[in-house]
Amino acid sequence: MTEPADLVVVGAGPAGMAAAVTALAGGLRVALVDSGTTVGGQFWRHPPEHARAAIPTDDLHHRLREHRALCGALSAGREAGRLDARLAHHVWSAVHEDGGFAVHAVDRRTPPRERTVVLRAPRLLVATGAYDRQLPFPGWDLPGVLTVGGLQALLKGGGVVAGSRVALGGTGPFLLPVAAALAARGAEVVAVCEAAHPGAWLRHPGALLRNPGKWAEGAGYAAALARHRVRVRPRTAIVAAEGDDRVTSVRIAALAADGSPRPGTERRAAVDAVGVGWGFVPQLDLLLPFGCRLTETADGNAVVAVDDGRRTSVPGLYAAGETCGVGGAALALAEGRLAAESVLADSGAASVLGPARRAGVRAAVARGRAFARALALAHPVPPAWSSWLTDETVVCRCEEVSAGTVRAARADDDARDHRQVKHLTRAGMGWCQGRMCGPAVHCLAAGEGAYTPAERLVATPLTLGALADLDDRPSAATDTGGTDKECS
Amino acid sequence: MALKVVIVGAGIVGTACAFHAASAGLDVTVVDRAPTGAGTTSRGEGNVLLSDKEPGPELVLARLSRTLWDEAGRELGAASLGLEPKGGLVVASDARGLAALGEFALRQQAAGVRAEPVDRVRDLEPHLAPGIPGGVHYPQDAQVEPVVAAVALLRAAVRRGARVHRGEVTGAVTGGAGRVTGVRTSAGAVLPADAVVNAAGTWGGEVGRRLGAPVAVHPRRGFVLVTEPLPPMVRHKVYSADYVAAVASRDAGLETSCVVEGTRGGTLLIGASRERVGFDSTMSTAVVAELAARACRLFPFLRDVHLLRAYRGFRPYCPDHLPVVGPDPRAPGVVHACGHEGAGIGLAPGTGALVTAHLLGRPWHGADPAAHTGLLPGRFLRSGGGSG
Repeated sequence: MTEPADLVVVGAGPAGMAAAVTALAGGLRVALVDSGTTVGGQFWRHPPEHARAAIPTDDLHHRLREHRALCGALSAGREAGRLDARLAHHVWSAVHEDGGFAVHAVDRRTPPRERTVVLRAPRLLVATGAYDRQLPFPGWDLPGVLTVGGLQALLKGGGVVAGSRVALGGTGPFLLPVAAALAARGAEVVAVCEAAHPGAWLRHPGALLRNPGKWAEGAGYAAALARHRVRVRPRTAIVAAEGDDRVTSVRIAALAADGSPRPGTERRAAVDAVGVGWGFVPQLDLLLPFGCRLTETADGNAVVAVDDGRRTSVPGLYAAGETCGVGGAALALAEGRLAAESVLADSGAASVLGPARRAGVRAAVARGRAFARALALAHPVPPAWSSWLTDETVVCRCEEVSAGTVRAARADDDARDHRQVKHLTRAGMGWCQGRMCGPAVHCLAAGEGAYTPAERLVATPLTLGALADLDDRPSAATDTGGTDKECS
Repeated sequence: MALKVVIVGAGIVGTACAFHAASAGLDVTVVDRAPTGAGTTSRGEGNVLLSDKEPGPELVLARLSRTLWDEAGRELGAASLGLEPKGGLVVASDARGLAALGEFALRQQAAGVRAEPVDRVRDLEPHLAPGIPGGVHYPQDAQVEPVVAAVALLRAAVRRGARVHRGEVTGAVTGGAGRVTGVRTSAGAVLPADAVVNAAGTWGGEVGRRLGAPVAVHPRRGFVLVTEPLPPMVRHKVYSADYVAAVASRDAGLETSCVVEGTRGGTLLIGASRERVGFDSTMSTAVVAELAARACRLFPFLRDVHLLRAYRGFRPYCPDHLPVVGPDPRAPGVVHACGHEGAGIGLAPGTGALVTAHLLGRPWHGADPAAHTGLLPGRFLRSGGGSG
C-alpha cells in the first residue's frame, strides 16, 4: 500500500480482523497492526508460519471457518493494495496529530533490531483485547505456576503442554476449554477449581436462554471433560502452591460463601504445572491517554464507554471487543463489524452490511453484552480472596513487594488507591508496570469500586535507541517487506 | 493558645510546612483533595540541587533547604525520605560551554556553593560518552524520593499534633479588617484558622484566588522517562550544562536539556523538557523521542536500554521564576508558599521553615524572614503582575 490509510486498526484478534475486513469491503484503505507474528490474536493464536505443518493445532480451535474467511478477505485486501498489515509491530503510543491519529509502533520483525514506525490515519480503532486477571496467593511466583491464558497460548502457539499433572483454578468458563485442551493433549488435569457457585447462573436465566449457542458450547466442554474424567469442583480454590525450585503441589480448599477457605477442608494435590485465571482485564493502555470516557462492567473492570456503534467519546476513535468489556470472541467479531460500519458511515462511505444485517449485528451485540454481564455476575472475584494471603506473599512480582508492605502503606498513609500504593511501595513500577498486580493492589488498597488501570504513556517497552531514532515527520506508508504472512 | 494554621496542599511543600509548623508547636491542619504528594510532587525526579541555581534569592533558600534536608534526615531517618547525597555532575559539550560553566561555578563558589571543576569526567562517570571536555562536580547535590518523603514529613507532623483533612478548599472566611478566620471546603465544612498557607503548587494561582490573594502561578509541562532496572551505571545526577540555561529560560516553546540519574530501585530517570502549554496533558512522542536522543548522546549505552514508562507533570512557575513565599499584604492571614517551578522538592524544607518563621514572627531553624525578602509576594503587587 503506498497511499495513506483511512483507518488504523490496532489488534488483529477477532474484533480487529472483523473490523479491518468490513472496512476493506467498504472501500477503505486500512492499516492493521499487531504484536503477533500472525493474525488471530489470542483466540486464534497459531504456531509461526514455518512450524505449522509440524505442529497441528486445528483441534484446539473454535470458529476456524470464520478465521479462514477473514484471512482470505485480508489477503485479498493486501493484493488489492488497500491493506497495510503490520505484524510483529508493537504499538507503544497513539496520539492525536493534525486532526487525525498517529500510531507509533516498534517494528520487531527482525529481533533484536528495533525500528520505530508511525502509521497515520484520520480514524483509529482500538481492539487490543484483554489479558488474564491474576490474584496473588502464596507460591504463585514459583516456576510452573502460569495463567490459564498462558497455558492456552503455549498449546495453541506451539503445541506445548506445560505439565503432565496440571491443576487449574480461578473462576469463569475459560477454565473449561483449557482443561479440555490439556486433557486432549495427554495431560492429567488433577483439579479444576471453580470458585463460583454452580447455582449462580440460575439468577440470570434470561441471558442464558437468549444465547443458545453458549449452551451448546458449554455442553461440548462438559462432554469433553467427562470423556477425560476431569471433574470441575465448584466452590473451591487453589489457595497455595508449594515447591522448592518449582511447583510440586497445590493446596486446595473449599470456599465459604464470601470466598474464604472453609477450615478443615484443605487438601494437597501433587502437580507439576498450575494455571490460574480470575477472568480478564481489558487492555486499555492506548485508550486511556486520550481521556476517553470510561464505564464499569459487572466483572469489576473499568472499560471504555462506547455508543451502540462502538464510537468512544473521542471523535474518530473507535473500540471493539474486550476493550469495551470482556465478552469473548463471538461478541468481538460482531463488535468489530459494527465499529467498522460506524467508521464507514462517519467517513461518508456506504454500509457493507446494509440496514437489515446491521440491525441484526446490533441485536447480537446487545445479546452478547447481556450474556457477558450475566457471566460476570455468576463468576465474581470472591470478596474474601485476600484472606489467602500471608504478609509475606509477594503481590508485585517485578519489584518483589509483599502483601504486608501494601497493607502497611494503606494503614500508614491511608493510601486508598493503587497509584498511591505504587509511589509508596514500588508495587507496579517494574517491567509489567502493574499489568499483573494492578487489580490485586487495587483490591487491597481500595477494597471496592471498579479497577481503572494506571495511565501508561508507554504501552510497551522499547529501546531508547529506537526511540531516539524516531522519525516523526509525516510520510507516506513504506513498503512493509516480505515477512508479513498474515494467514495460513 | 497555639496559632491555628490551615495548610492548603499536601505536596512536598505543604507537608514540609506542616512538619516545621507542627514542630514549632502551632496547631496545624493540612487540607488536600488528593492523596499526599499526588500532584507535581509525584511527577519529578526528587532533585535537591544547588548546582543549577545562580546566586540570588533562590540560591539562598536552596542552601538553607539543603541543610534542613540533612536535618530532617537525621531526625526521621535518611531512608524514610529516600535521601541520597549522591552529588551532581554538570558536563559541558564543548570548550566554549566549559568556559561558561567554569565562570558560572566561580560565581556559585563565591555564594557558598561547593563546586569542583573536573577535567576527566569519566573518572566520576565511566559510562559517559567520550569527548566530553570537562565539567563541574557539585558534591552537595542530593536526591529524595518525593512522595515517600512527603508522606514521612506529614506523618512526623501528625505525631506532633497536626491533622489531615481530605477535601477541597473553596474559599476563605474573613473577619474584621478582612483578616482570614478560616477556610470553607467543598464538603461544606469550615476549618477555623488564624493563618492559611497556600502550598497548592501548580494550583497555587487558583487557591490564591479563592483565598482573595491571587498570585501568578502557571504550569510548565515536563516529561520524565524511566528505564528498566539496571545495575548501577550512573552514580551522580548528571546533566548537560544547557540545563541551567533551560531552567532559567523565559521562552514559551519547547526546550529540552539532558538530565540522567539513577534511583534506589535501579531504574534511570531521564529529563527534562519544558513547555508552556497550560494544563495540556497530551502525550508528546516528539518530546519523548528528543529526551531519549539527548540521553543516548550523553550515555551511549542507553541505546540498548528499554524505556518502561514516561510520565509528565506541571511545574508551578512564577513570571520571574522565583517561588513566592511570605504573607500576602492584600489578605491578612494568607501566607503563600508556592511557585517553586522545578525546584520544589529541593526547596521544600527551607520553605517550610521560612513559612513557620513568618507565622511565628521570628527566625526558625535558620530561616530568617529578613534574609528572604526577594521571595515576598509584594514584588508582584508593585509591578502590577499579581492578578494572573
